[in-house]
Amino acid sequence: MWSFPLFPDQASTLASKVDALYFFLIAISIFFSILIAVLVVGLAIKYRRRSDDEKPPAIHGSLLLELTWTLIPAGIVLVIFVWSAEVYFSAVRVPKNAIEVQAVGKRWMWKIQHMTGKREINELHVPVGVPVKVTLTSEDVIHSFFIPAFRVKKDAVPGRYNTMWFEATKTGKYHLFCAEYCGTKHSGMIGTVYVMEPDAYQAWLGGEQAGASLAGAGEKLFTDLACITCHRGDSGARGPDLAGLFGKPVKLASGETVTADETYLRESIVQPAAKIVEGYQPIMPTFQGLLSEEQLLQLVAYIQGMKAEVKDEAAAPAAGAAAPSTGAR
Amino acid sequence: MQTEVVTTNSEDAAPGNGLDRENYINAKHGIWSWLLTTDHKRIAILYLITITLMFFLGGAFAAGVRLELMTPKGDLVDSDAYNKLFTMHGIVMVFFFLIPSIPAVLGNFLIPIMIGAKDLAFPKINLLSWYIYMAGAAFFMVATLFGGVETGWTFYTPYSTAFSHTNVILAAVGIFISGFSSILTGLNFIVTIHKMRAPGLTWFRMPLFVWAHYATSLIQILGTPVVAVTILMVAVERLLKLGLFDPALGGDPILFQHLFWFYSHPAVYIMILPGMGVMSELITAFTRKRVFGYEFIAISSLAIAVVGFLVWGHHMFVSGQSTYAGMVFSALSFLVAIPSAVKVFNWSATLYKGSVSWESPMMYAIGFIGLFTIGGLTGLFLAAMGLDIHMHDTYFVVAHFHYIMVGGAIFAYLGGIHFWWPKITGRMYPEYWARVAAVLVFAGFNLTFFPQFVVGYLGMPRRYHAYPDEFQVLNVMSTAGASLLGIAYLIPMLYLTWSLFAGKKAPANPWGAKGLEWTIQSPPTTFNFEHQPVVTEEAYAYAEGHDTTHDPAAPPAQAHA
Repeated sequence: MWSFPLFPDQASTLASKVDALYFFLIAISIFFSILIAVLVVGLAIKYRRRSDDEKPPAIHGSLLLELTWTLIPAGIVLVIFVWSAEVYFSAVRVPKNAIEVQAVGKRWMWKIQHMTGKREINELHVPVGVPVKVTLTSEDVIHSFFIPAFRVKKDAVPGRYNTMWFEATKTGKYHLFCAEYCGTKHSGMIGTVYVMEPDAYQAWLGGEQAGASLAGAGEKLFTDLACITCHRGDSGARGPDLAGLFGKPVKLASGETVTADETYLRESIVQPAAKIVEGYQPIMPTFQGLLSEEQLLQLVAYIQGMKAEVKDEAAAPAAGAAAPSTGAR
Repeated sequence: MQTEVVTTNSEDAAPGNGLDRENYINAKHGIWSWLLTTDHKRIAILYLITITLMFFLGGAFAAGVRLELMTPKGDLVDSDAYNKLFTMHGIVMVFFFLIPSIPAVLGNFLIPIMIGAKDLAFPKINLLSWYIYMAGAAFFMVATLFGGVETGWTFYTPYSTAFSHTNVILAAVGIFISGFSSILTGLNFIVTIHKMRAPGLTWFRMPLFVWAHYATSLIQILGTPVVAVTILMVAVERLLKLGLFDPALGGDPILFQHLFWFYSHPAVYIMILPGMGVMSELITAFTRKRVFGYEFIAISSLAIAVVGFLVWGHHMFVSGQSTYAGMVFSALSFLVAIPSAVKVFNWSATLYKGSVSWESPMMYAIGFIGLFTIGGLTGLFLAAMGLDIHMHDTYFVVAHFHYIMVGGAIFAYLGGIHFWWPKITGRMYPEYWARVAAVLVFAGFNLTFFPQFVVGYLGMPRRYHAYPDEFQVLNVMSTAGASLLGIAYLIPMLYLTWSLFAGKKAPANPWGAKGLEWTIQSPPTTFNFEHQPVVTEEAYAYAEGHDTTHDPAAPPAQAHA
């Protein structure tokens, strides 16, 4: 016989929080649905017309009742609002120790890159019990990265980076769906999330020649594209210094201040003129169309890492093993 | 009113029936007398015919969708055809059926009569708005004949502007044009309600149906221009490659979502508020009782219209919109639930100590309260940000808005059509079949859409042509329900059409209801009233007076004395 589930798997730390709110809302809904149904059907039967010349009294209303059925629902929705905002914040605040994965939506597949440089398509392998941050973008139209068993979903929007995170709590195979309509094979843009024991995950990650890490690939691009010519650390550089930039506020020539997040870095590569850093000239050429979304993500991963290395060097100069970045500064 | 006296003495058994006298239907003959009419009642009939055709067209698309979803594999039609089916179902039902439905048919017919006027303020503009609607529909039909469109009714960018290979521009132009029809109707209603009320008809004596249409009209004239411009921007980007929404051209795809939902969320209230107006009329007429909390129901319509403009961002909780913007939209979305709850409680309280008769329009009204309650409560799930992450773009959303659109708007529309059918046509329909249909519509509707809440929470995304096997049982249930619903919709078509020729002649006031429309003959004369009516009492004054509305010989002007 057909399998006939009524409730999805709970396989992430978020799932139980979302479900608790869901059950609370179901309880509220059942209570009010039954209340209204009993009230309406009960009254309609009790006061059914028995003769055609009945003359019901004119009841104008009651301020007390109006206040009651305004304020009680207001109180209930306030509770739901606060609770749901709390759940939402736990869904959007990425833990510091999260491992990173990059996902690029393309009609009609999900292309995944792991930090080690390992790639997969329509499959995502993650370890159980470890928070995973997914950075999402799209090569064409808007897609949406949806793992029902984890109760997480985020749009993959072309031209910007969105992030989401989850921590799987149960090993197994789970659905990965595209939830934003993207054309002909929208319903074929599905995949599988494999949640593995950490050991098995490590074995999988290292099980095949992965090539350069993402940051390593980004570093190579940084050199090959000669970014390094202008983005040097010295005072005569024609472009802003990128080391330690990530996550910091940037003062623009327009007077605005923006945060140097992933989306800002991407935009500065493909549309350099959009946001000019104060004190610099708009001389950088655009790289729009010259780099794939994966390559852009690699560059962003590299620039992101330049910060960590600065810190590492300050704390422990021996960490200079990842030396190439010294040249970038 | 000499004619009245004459006919009550004639063999016409139904007092106040005007079929054998001059009325708006037989006043003029020939196709041009209809196509060039400025009579609000005849224009309402033109709309009734056209939106009924659109309803069955949209229903046929839905039937295709449901048949395909019987099996997990995409095996009945190919993916592109399936994508066209759900897109055109959405476009037809939203823009060419639901938005015009109650306002353009019942509102057009009834608002002038309910406020004691001869016609709307701008009769020619009223006719123009029907032609504009027809022009929009014609563009859309051309788009359909050339192969249709498959962007989803939401036209999300950059899919619609840079990737779809279907007739986006034709369909968009159709929607753009039909929007002006909606704007003109709204404008006409607002001016009419402000300027043409009968002596004595103060704002707080107006029937709640008129209040609801006033609130609806505000949304129509303030919101529709925004979607018109947005749709135009889509066409411009598609044609001229001007970078508005497509990031590859330097545009912002999220901007489209803001603009689109700024109209399209309030548009939900364009569809449901008139239904709420119908509800207040049905509940009072079939309890023969003043509505409980009149002012609260009237003001809550305006509150819904105003707050409804500020909640659009709840469609974008997973788009990458700022968390704090999301919180504001979430809070406002919860706020808009409160005036809706107030209405439901007030209608329920109206039944208390009433004289409740379970005739078919009342059955639709009771069905509305139940289904709208479920639709409203499940709206809370989606306004809750933490839950919406999971539910967004799943079948839970589909089920929720069908509870509002079908369980709410269509139930109210059917209830209203039955309630005013004797007034519109001068004929009664067979009550037995009307009750059978009402029960079947209710059963078919719930069987179709309730399983979709479950399959939505399981994670089945919207707009999926093929789906994993474990969702099949719930989808089969849904398709079974849709089959029942489809048959149930055909029954009223048959007996209402039959009644035009063979139905019992309707009296002026078959339900013993209050309201100016029940004081005039059925069907009304071209100018509705022989004399200017004067209103001396509040709406739904069932406890006052003694059955004057039952008296067929009573001249209209004195009916309310």
